[in-house]
Order: sequence, then C-alpha cells, then structure tokens
Amino acid sequence: MSIIVDKETKLVVSGLTGREGSFHGLRNRAYGTHLAAGVTPGKGGQEVEGVPVFDSIREAVDEADANTSMIFVPARFAAPAIDEAIESGVETVIAITEGIPVLDMLKTYWKAKEAGVRLIGPNCPGVLSPGKANVGIIPAQFFDPGRIGVVSKSGTLTYQIGNELKQAGEGNSSIVGIGGDPIIGSDFIDILKLYEADPETDLIVMVGEIGGDAEERAAEFIAAEVSKPVVAYIAGFTAPPGKQMGHAGAIISGSSGTAQAKKEALEAKGVRVGESPTETARIAVEVLRDSGRGSA
Amino acid sequence: MDLLEYQGKQLFSEHGIAVPSGEVAATVEEAVAAADRIGYPCAIKAQVLIGGRGKAGGIKIAADRAEAEQYAGAILGMDIRGPHGEGPFRVERVWVEGGSAIAAEYYASVILDRGEKKLLAMVSAKGGMDIEAVAAEDSGALVKEHIDPTRPFTAAEARPIIDAAGLDEDVRDEAAAVLAKLAETAQAEDATLIEVNPLIVTEERQVVALDAKVTIDGNALYRHEGLAELDAESIDDPQEAMAREKGLTYVKLDGNVGILANGAGLCMSTLDVVAQAGGAPANFLDAGGGSKAEAIVNALSVITSDAKVTAILFNIFGGITRCDEIAKGIVEASAQLSLAVPLVVRLDGTNSEQGLEILAAAGLSNLHQETTMLGAAQKVVELAGSNG
Repeated sequence: MSIIVDKETKLVVSGLTGREGSFHGLRNRAYGTHLAAGVTPGKGGQEVEGVPVFDSIREAVDEADANTSMIFVPARFAAPAIDEAIESGVETVIAITEGIPVLDMLKTYWKAKEAGVRLIGPNCPGVLSPGKANVGIIPAQFFDPGRIGVVSKSGTLTYQIGNELKQAGEGNSSIVGIGGDPIIGSDFIDILKLYEADPETDLIVMVGEIGGDAEERAAEFIAAEVSKPVVAYIAGFTAPPGKQMGHAGAIISGSSGTAQAKKEALEAKGVRVGESPTETARIAVEVLRDSGRGSA
Repeated sequence: MDLLEYQGKQLFSEHGIAVPSGEVAATVEEAVAAADRIGYPCAIKAQVLIGGRGKAGGIKIAADRAEAEQYAGAILGMDIRGPHGEGPFRVERVWVEGGSAIAAEYYASVILDRGEKKLLAMVSAKGGMDIEAVAAEDSGALVKEHIDPTRPFTAAEARPIIDAAGLDEDVRDEAAAVLAKLAETAQAEDATLIEVNPLIVTEERQVVALDAKVTIDGNALYRHEGLAELDAESIDDPQEAMAREKGLTYVKLDGNVGILANGAGLCMSTLDVVAQAGGAPANFLDAGGGSKAEAIVNALSVITSDAKVTAILFNIFGGITRCDEIAKGIVEASAQLSLAVPLVVRLDGTNSEQGLEILAAAGLSNLHQETTMLGAAQKVVELAGSNG
C-alpha cells in the first residue's frame, strides 16, 4: 500500500503550462507517476509533452479520469484554484503554493471537509510513495521504498532525515509534507490515522516545529489510537518568541507553541523525541530493528 | 505583522468601534503639544509591540503639562522587554490620549484558532489584567465561543457570549455590537488576532476600546495597501531591513554564529544544533528553494553586516536547490565582499559533488568543509569563539 499517492494516482496539475508546473509535473511523471492531465484556463486542447491540457479540473476528471490534483498556482489565485479542485470530483488535492492568506484557507479548509476531499498543504512539498508515485517537489533520489512512514511540516528537514534513514539502510512507505502554514488541510493526526491503517508502515517518524498545538494534539492521539511506534523531531528550540521563523505558522505566541512544550507533550505519551535530525533517524532505525522489522 | 496600539485603534475606528481620541508623537515637544490639545489628565503610552508596558513603566497618566513633559521624556527612548523575554524594544513613539473615566474593565478578543480551524471570540468581565492568569484562576471567567469563518458574525450572535460573561446588563447590547465589529475587523482586514484589554465602560456608560493588540496576516498584505505601508516602516533592525529589501527571510538573534540554510525547518534545526554544540546563533536565514548564486551573495552581505558575526555556517541539503549553485554563490560572495570570517560549509544532496569541486578549486583559505550537520555545527562553534 503506502498512503495518499500510489500506482492508482491519476494526476492533474493546475498550472502545467507554467514554468514551475511543467518542471515539477513532468519530473513527477519521469518518476513513474501517472500524469493524466494539465489545467490552464483558455489553453484547453493544447498538450504539454503529450499530456492533454484542459480548461478546468472538472473536464480533466471527466475526460482523463484524474483523481488527484496538484496546485502550483501563485498565492493570490491559489485559494480559488483549490476550491475549484475540491468541487471537481477528485479525491485528493495537494497544494504546493506558499503564501496563501490564512483566512482564505479557513474557508477552503471547511469546503474540503464538507466535500469529503483530502487536502494536503498548502505550503508543502507534496507526497512521495517511493517506487510508486511522487506528487510535488520532494527530491525522490533521497528516499528508498521501505517500512517507515514520515509526516512533516518541513521539506528540507524531511530530506535530511530521509537521507539519513537511507544511509542506514531503511526506506519509507510514504513521505507526507503537511505544510508550514497556520491552517493546513491535513494535520499530523489525519496522516497518523492513515499510517496506522497502512499494512506497509511499521514505524512513523513525525517532524514538527514551533507554533500552534498540532504536535500536542498528535501526542494525545498517539496515546489513544496509534499502536505503531512513533519517533518525533521538533525544530525551533532556539527560536525567540513573537518572531516568524520562515514558515507562516512557525511562531511562538506569548508562551504557547514552544518546541520544549511539544517535546514534553510527546515524551509524556511515550514518544521518543530526537535531539537532532541525525539522532531522530538513528532512534527510528533502532526502534524498527528492535521490533524485528528493520531491513538489516 | 503586529500593529502598534495607535495603529490598531485607527483600524477599530474605521470599523465603528469607539476609541479614546489621541495623537501620536515622536518627540517630547510633540507629546506636550498633543497633551495641551487633548487636555489633562491624559495618558502617555509607549508604542511598542509587546504586552506588559504598564508594569515596565511605559504608561503614565499626566495631570498637567509638567508631568506630560516629564513622562514623555522618560518613556521616549526607553527599552522595554516583553513578559516572555521578547525584545528589547526601543520606544520611538508615544500615543497621547485623553484620560478615560473608567466604571468597569472587560476583556474581548477575536483570534484565529489554528487547532479548530475557526475564529474564536473570547469575553471576560475581568479585564485590565493578564487574561491567561484570570482564566487559570477561574476558567468560568473567560467565555469562549467559536465563530463560523465563512460568513459574517452578527451582534445577535454575539449577545449570548456577552450574557454568559456576565457584563453589566445596561451595556450588553453595545458590548455585543463591539464584539461583532471586532469579528468584522478581523475578517475584513485579514487579522489573525484582535485583543482589547481592557474594553472599558466609561462613567457615561459607553463601551470603549482602551487598548488594541492586532496581528495582520503577512500573506494578505497585498490586499491592504495602508497596512502594507505600516509594515514597511515597522522594521528598525538594520539587518532585518536590509534582508527585507533583498527579499530574504531573515530573523536577527543575539549570537555570533552566522547561519545560512535552505528551508525553514532545516534552518531552525541548524540553529538548535549550533546551540546544542555550545554556540550562539546570530540569525535565522532561509536561503529558500532553488537558491541561485546571487541570492547567496545577498544573504552573505546581510549576515556579515552584523559586526558580531565571527564565523558562518552554511548548512545546505539540496533538493530543488542545487549545491553547485550554492558553491558558485559562496565563491562569488567571497570575492565581492572580501570575506575574512571563517566559513564552515556542509553541502549534501543534489549536485553536492560538483559543489564541493567548485569550492576546492577556488582554494578559499577561510573555508572549512564538513560532511555532516553535527560535525559542521561543532566546527563553526569552535571557530566562532565565545559570544562576547
């Protein structure tokens, strides 16, 4: 199995005729992802490297049987583009765009919920299921197929940890970048649920950072609902309060949202938290092998 | 982006929320002239972006002209730290405001609740003090109710919250109207936090916002021209201003180890690892995805303009970012900026071998290569020396 994207994925890319959209969309196809269609209003009927382009996502669903949408649209136009995807009939929407106004995302979040559509992101690197499909901008060469599921608010930090896992001889069932914005379509809990149910995942690595309380909520959920081992990493122990650290959501407000509080909440529920990406990967490999399920 | 109190009050005023009249002043002379126009007693309030100004001596009531002069002189130029160690912030401006005859002090706010994905309205009859402490002591004293973010929030819907908070009966209609207007302000202005503490009842039984704490979503500034202008003038740190101009994501810290990494998460993690190795990071700087050589030159010029920096760490894990581009940038910047401080470089990921070759060929004497993130952190801390 693996989660969210796999061999069944039929991808439609909004903005496929643009520079970023074509670069990443075709890169995803080169990895083996089924790129079914592109969408650019007014450019229906064209083709990009043999991929048909439609005027709307709904047409791509009707004509090319697309079931997963990737949004590469600039921030100012991204919320309406995500809304269009939600209403088009696809099952999953993966929004890469960074910089969408948060109150727009609030409305879009509830649209996705009501429509029963899985929204990943925005401001995320996408989802990779090694050996099966890649939707987004995750550099697939750093990840091998394997038994560890990764869920993360950060892109490069995930590459760092994934690469250390690969060097230790372990791979991943899937890697899910949930995004660094204050309001995201899927939180840690949504993805933990999927990994818990996925027979190809034996251990979960969760990568969090300062801001909000998603890690604290995840700690409660892990204690109550997750039987598989979870290893966590939290970034931002040295971040000063009140300063936005790159990601729109990475901000300590007053005394809430600190890395220390998140680490303590997770440890209180028995989740081991690594001090560095390197140590996190090492613990994950150790726990996996102790459970008799590692590769070596 | 946080607004100063007076900027928040101007926003309130535009949305029909009553605020005391006042004037902003940057010098003692301006403050005294404003106080004369407003009349005595009046409040002289430090305009800084943190709570706890009153305790720090940043808010005074002047009974006459001599006191206005004395207090404005004391407050302007003062350095104030926040209750959670924020800052220090230097007081560049004061807000001079007519004295209010206070009959009751309440608390009202509308904030983004990230966990529940809704707006959250909060009201308390116990205002004028630290609301977290009030709620900790008596959880019933702070009434919380979620607001549907997809449609307007009316005074009729606000009324049950006001009733539950037990505000004085005669001002409940007006307080409900104020709460609805706070929600309207949040939705119209893309505010993720609006807090009024205290929301007062005057002796004339009018409901007035005596303070204003407002945070605007930086991603939405493109559709709020006036607020975007305030944002541009709000940065007083020279490095942060320079970084903003160059389009870099930079946060100034108080150490001596300059940091450049790609990606917000990896950059935060790099700061943590440097601190664990005993070092003090000088900054957060996310070079971003797909950084080109020019961006590296810009980033290094910002980092090295901070005189405290004694060594710099590059921690790059190339995904979309190509390590050969980063290496070219380092070589170019070294030449352009005549860099003398030690550079510790860890390049991993896409095109890292080509990157390392470019660096080796340049033969920079101040450059140290490390293969791991932890090794690089230890090396840069050793080279930076103590944070004096």
